[in-house]
Amino acid sequence: MERMSSVVRTITKVAFGPIFIFGAYIILHGHLTPGGGFQGGALIASVMALYFVAFGDERWKKKLMSTLESIGLLTFASAGFLGLTAGFFFFNFLAGSKIPFFNEQIPSMEGFVHPNWAPLFSAGTVSVMNIAVGLEVVVGITLVVVAMGLFSFAGKEGE
Amino acid sequence: MDVFTLLYDMLHLMVLLSIVISGLMVISMKDLISASIASGACSLLVSLEFFILQAPDVAIAEAGVGAALTTAIFIFAIKGTRRREEH
Repeated sequence: MERMSSVVRTITKVAFGPIFIFGAYIILHGHLTPGGGFQGGALIASVMALYFVAFGDERWKKKLMSTLESIGLLTFASAGFLGLTAGFFFFNFLAGSKIPFFNEQIPSMEGFVHPNWAPLFSAGTVSVMNIAVGLEVVVGITLVVVAMGLFSFAGKEGE
Repeated sequence: MDVFTLLYDMLHLMVLLSIVISGLMVISMKDLISASIASGACSLLVSLEFFILQAPDVAIAEAGVGAALTTAIFIFAIKGTRRREEH
């Protein structure tokens, strides 16, 4: 793939960081604000597609990306099945428990009450599943775009 | 009628009209790259309409998938074939 002009490459270098951070923000705040794993993952995947279009870089680690996609799916499924140890399927065994992982207590809501007001690391397995879905969507959609670009370029080469 | 309600309805009507116009542009253009860019603009306006209808969740997904990724995949597919539609 040929790379694009220097204007596009410079704008991509400037815009890559903020859009990536915004996608990570939407994934991590999935239980508080609109959006979640899929929306933030689609944002990060779109910035990956922007990088691929601007630089035309073909050195993607496709085996590693495929492995990461499987890891995302397995994390989601095992977060569902681990709920069986504490009660039932998809039981939120982390929220408010002793395990120091996304288990912050929600303080009592006296005085200032806002619908989105809660600690960031308080949602238990909901945050774990959001991160798993985000990883899955980022890697999957990036692989789709990269495969499409490489196939269309290979068709041009063959003519 | 409240002036803010009037402005809100006018914005709503303008967005809906723009969706229809960009959709007509998509099906009438013979240059396929221009048609896919118009399709991306249609997706962006649909995302704005979702936001006006108070579904920001769907709006983020539509803006990411519809406006950015579908356009990129369409343009890659058009680069693999011919650019102009015949007759």
